[in-house]
Amino acid sequence: MSDLIRSLTTSTFDEYVTTADRPVVVDFWAEWCGPCKMIAPVLEEIATEQQDRLAVAKVNVDENPELARRYDVLSIPTLLVLKEGKPLARIVGARGKAQLVQELAAYL
Amino acid sequence: MTAEQRDVVIVGSGPAGLTAAVYTARANLRPLVVEGEPSSTSDQPGGQLMLTTEVENFPGFPEGILGPELMQRFRAQAERFGAEFVTAKVTRVDLGRRPFALWTSVGGEEPAVVSRALIVATGAQALTLGVPGEDRLLGHGVSTCATCDGFFFRDQDIAVVGGGDSAMEEALFLTRFARSVTVVHRRGELRASKIMQERAFANPKIRFRWHAVVEEVLGEQTVEGLRLRDVRDGSEEVLGVTGCFVAIGHRPSTGVFAGQLAMDDEGYLRTTDGSRTNVEGVFACGDVQDRVYRQAVTAAGSGCMAAIDAERWLEAQGR
Repeated sequence: MSDLIRSLTTSTFDEYVTTADRPVVVDFWAEWCGPCKMIAPVLEEIATEQQDRLAVAKVNVDENPELARRYDVLSIPTLLVLKEGKPLARIVGARGKAQLVQELAAYL
Repeated sequence: MTAEQRDVVIVGSGPAGLTAAVYTARANLRPLVVEGEPSSTSDQPGGQLMLTTEVENFPGFPEGILGPELMQRFRAQAERFGAEFVTAKVTRVDLGRRPFALWTSVGGEEPAVVSRALIVATGAQALTLGVPGEDRLLGHGVSTCATCDGFFFRDQDIAVVGGGDSAMEEALFLTRFARSVTVVHRRGELRASKIMQERAFANPKIRFRWHAVVEEVLGEQTVEGLRLRDVRDGSEEVLGVTGCFVAIGHRPSTGVFAGQLAMDDEGYLRTTDGSRTNVEGVFACGDVQDRVYRQAVTAAGSGCMAAIDAERWLEAQGR
């Protein structure tokens, strides 16, 4: 995984998303989810190309089920866009890069 | 920018497309595979098997193999012989010119690639119910991917809609998590294979609601129930579930070829004499042209046919 993408846990999540100086795109994922694996490289590219505008973080739902519950995540991949800790938007389901970039642009 | 030129382009990367890639690569045709884009609705690189778990009926794997792993092996085999891949969706084709022209989701105004022969292996994508509430609650209890989302329904009562093998596979998989799984099916018997039926009937967590169709998915923020209608007498009831997994079949992904390739009334491509379509030099294989069998192994077999047909056609044209 790219150095630019932080892996968050229940104990590190709040501090990270509330203190980030850019909007954070949190990818809720799991090892057993095929579509999650498909978008992982897409998110790495976005994290690199748009590092001035956003930060990308990941939450493994297997290891952090309470975070998934807190944000009513019932389907993965779910991308949650947070600004100063507040959820702005969610994108449910895998997508191609062009479409993902376009959908994210609205919240940056 | 001039378009890339190829002898063979393969559209789609399920068992049919990747088998065609193995064969055309070994024939030194340097195939380019336009593999599709990530999605959660069975319309993605690797095809429908990417959303399944155990595949038990693909010959050569007596212990079974996970769908995504099987597709990874298909892909590795095609790559080994020199097949190249682009992660994009075909957005437009012009089969009226030679070579054929293709536009993709990562390209611009000009065709991304032109090709003398074309192999269409775009497969099929999952059908949705098309009822009120379904779109709104997608990802909030309505799911198109049991393997992705089953985890979130631990100890809950959920429903699977459909009566085929895919529906039984999902229902059985979901019993790992759910307290109960109710199979909602519009007929009084299943279409699924005997072995899958027997497993489903034997599973104490699986119940059946026969002769019923979903009229509406209920719930404000998340799914709270399904409004069912009995197809025999029209009576309605609410099934109290917190999850709804839809497995009512597939439709062929042929929209981009409309008006250019001959299709039947459901959109399946028509093939004759092996894998030939109505346009000379365009071949089709896999679920996109198969309304009968729709198995990984038949898709792979037809992918081999399309590759050999394309190779011989190119030879006859003088390559």
